[in-house]
Amino acid sequence: MLKFILKRLGYMLITIFCIATVTFFLMRSIPGDPLASIAQTLPEQTRANYYAKYGLDQPLFVQYLSYMKNLVRLDFGDSIVHPGRSVSAVIAETSPVSGIVGLPALFIGLVLGVIFGIIAALFKNKWPDYVVMVIAILGITIPVFVLAALLQYFFAVKLHWLPTSGWGEVRHMIIPIIVLSFGTIATYARYIKSSMLDTLGQDYILTARVKGLSETAIIRRHVLRNSILPAVTLLSARIVGIFTGSFVIERMFAIPGIGFYYIDSINNYDYSMTMGLTIFYGALFVISQIVVDIVYVLIDPRIRLGGGSR
Amino acid sequence: MDKLLQVKDLRVSFNTYAGEVKAVRGVNFELDRGETLAFVGESGCGKTVTAKAILRLHQPPFAIIKEGTEIIFDGQDVMKMDKKELQHFRGNECSMIFQDPMTSLNPTMTCGKQIMEGLILHRNMSKQEARKEAIEMLRLVKIPDPEKRVDEYPHQMSGGMRQRVMIAIALACQPQLLIADEPTTALDVTIQAQIMELLREMKEKLHVAIILVTHDLGVVANFADRVQIMYAGQVVERGTASEIFYNSQHPYTWALLSSAPRLATETKQELYALGGTPPDLLLPLECCPFAARCEYCMQICREQMPEETVLSDTHKISCWLQHPEAPKVKSFYERQAKSNG
Ligand SMILES: Nc1ncnc2c1ncn2[C@@H]1O[C@H](COP(=O)(O)OP(=O)(O)OP(=O)(O)O)[C@@H](O)[C@H]1O
Ligand code: SF4
Ligand SMILES: [Mg+2]
Repeated sequence: MLKFILKRLGYMLITIFCIATVTFFLMRSIPGDPLASIAQTLPEQTRANYYAKYGLDQPLFVQYLSYMKNLVRLDFGDSIVHPGRSVSAVIAETSPVSGIVGLPALFIGLVLGVIFGIIAALFKNKWPDYVVMVIAILGITIPVFVLAALLQYFFAVKLHWLPTSGWGEVRHMIIPIIVLSFGTIATYARYIKSSMLDTLGQDYILTARVKGLSETAIIRRHVLRNSILPAVTLLSARIVGIFTGSFVIERMFAIPGIGFYYIDSINNYDYSMTMGLTIFYGALFVISQIVVDIVYVLIDPRIRLGGGSR
Repeated sequence: MDKLLQVKDLRVSFNTYAGEVKAVRGVNFELDRGETLAFVGESGCGKTVTAKAILRLHQPPFAIIKEGTEIIFDGQDVMKMDKKELQHFRGNECSMIFQDPMTSLNPTMTCGKQIMEGLILHRNMSKQEARKEAIEMLRLVKIPDPEKRVDEYPHQMSGGMRQRVMIAIALACQPQLLIADEPTTALDVTIQAQIMELLREMKEKLHVAIILVTHDLGVVANFADRVQIMYAGQVVERGTASEIFYNSQHPYTWALLSSAPRLATETKQELYALGGTPPDLLLPLECCPFAARCEYCMQICREQMPEETVLSDTHKISCWLQHPEAPKVKSFYERQAKSNG
């Protein structure tokens, strides 16, 4: 187990290194730079000083090396566009805000998704199944921003139940959380339904029936665990879904989370900010994947003991 | 009341997109207490469907046991049982094991717990009592180190071991009938013999009646008291083991006998491969189902279904060759004697 975790951590470092490198060069390949708009109006000397201050006058590869050197010390540098604000401070300030929206959305998505999936499987080809599947298909096909706009229109503009955007109170969070959880609900409902139907057709369900167990006992004791277990592997993809969803959502609802700053930093060529946030997202994703893997190993007896005799 | 099981006119159909597949078409049989009956026939002839019907494992509306079918177990009408009675019947009075022990056990539940389930349900045992009993069952089916094995998951055991666990699950509540559906087909040859030996031992120790489903006559030879040969959802010949092995009269039984590898090597016969395929079960059958493949086929065979002819109390056969006006044909045994001599 320890070996497994160490190996995964090793992969994680390599992944983060790759993300940092690719992002670094990709960003520099976009035409324009952070100082372009201010620098035009400045006299020659001041402009050069500015560029020198952020090391932008150095050859690209030298800049890369010095960035990586700082990164190893976990130093993300300061924002170029907002002088005096360190990237780490921005992350520390904004990530809790994103978490307050993202985590409940993930949790609600999981719980409702699993419940809906179970209902759809148990009532296969009856109306509850159809209702769930319609929700699932909408959840997968409708883009987050369309859904967000629809909900804003109905609950805020038409019904005046909730504010359209803003931050600071629980009522500001309701629509964003609903929107963000939708994708997870949809993915899980579909997955759990098909996984339950699959489990119900397994031979060991017949064995359980032959024992004389009631259908409810069969579902409870033999079907649920075996259908929900493999769904754990979907979790890391859903975590990404929540992240990417939050870029759009935080913009639309003016939520001061990381996603908000992320988009902002790209628009402003805030190199250090974009780099820092990308690496942060990347690390978060890789870590969540490791956690998901570890959880899966812990709960599935077939992998727990190193493969067994098959 | 003396019979353990009586099945009359069993008909099972599957409602598929292509139409109604009549998989079992009027099967009758009886079973005494402690007796062993084998269902033998090619793949797809309805052995499993017949066996599952006894426990009413077919799930309507897709799979239906037809109106008019009678299944009497120990004086109770299985067809009339409600949910509760059926649950009591299953596992408690009649049990079943399946072909593939790799998939028949729940992969995420320990073997011990899977044995305990039935005991807790039917015997009202506490968890501790059931666990003790589960260990005893594992010992009974000869799993070494049962105190340790009881907490193991199926994937930690070999195929043979898993089938032993299946047998332990099935016999835990001491049912009167065990249905074994090709219990050794998925196992290695050496393991097959061990499992058959275990079943034989269980039969003697627990006096449990057994229905053995197989397509291998070789397995049946020294295991079953009686044999029924099935073809296209019907029984074409039935008799005691010796009647089937030494005096069978049905051309299909002959074909099976001469294509059974182990029997063929004993009689130094060349292995025989039966040509053709069984009839389409979607279509109605108004003639002898074997007619298209039978080397003795006569005009009448293609026009009318043969009735069951009684050769002895136990030996019955559905074939026009038994008709008094039918020509005498050289049977399998006569031909065999000739080719050997
Ligand atoms: N789920 C099903 N759907 C449709 N038809 C089925 C189904 N199960 C069985 N049948 C039909 O019933 C017939 C008998 O099947 P059955 O499983 O009883 O065969 P078997 O004698 O047990 O063969 P095998 O040796 O392959 O196990 C098959 O030929 C098939 O046409
Ligand atoms: S009835 Fe005719 S076709 Fe059928 S098995 Fe007998 S001889 Fe062959
Ligand atoms: Mg079968």
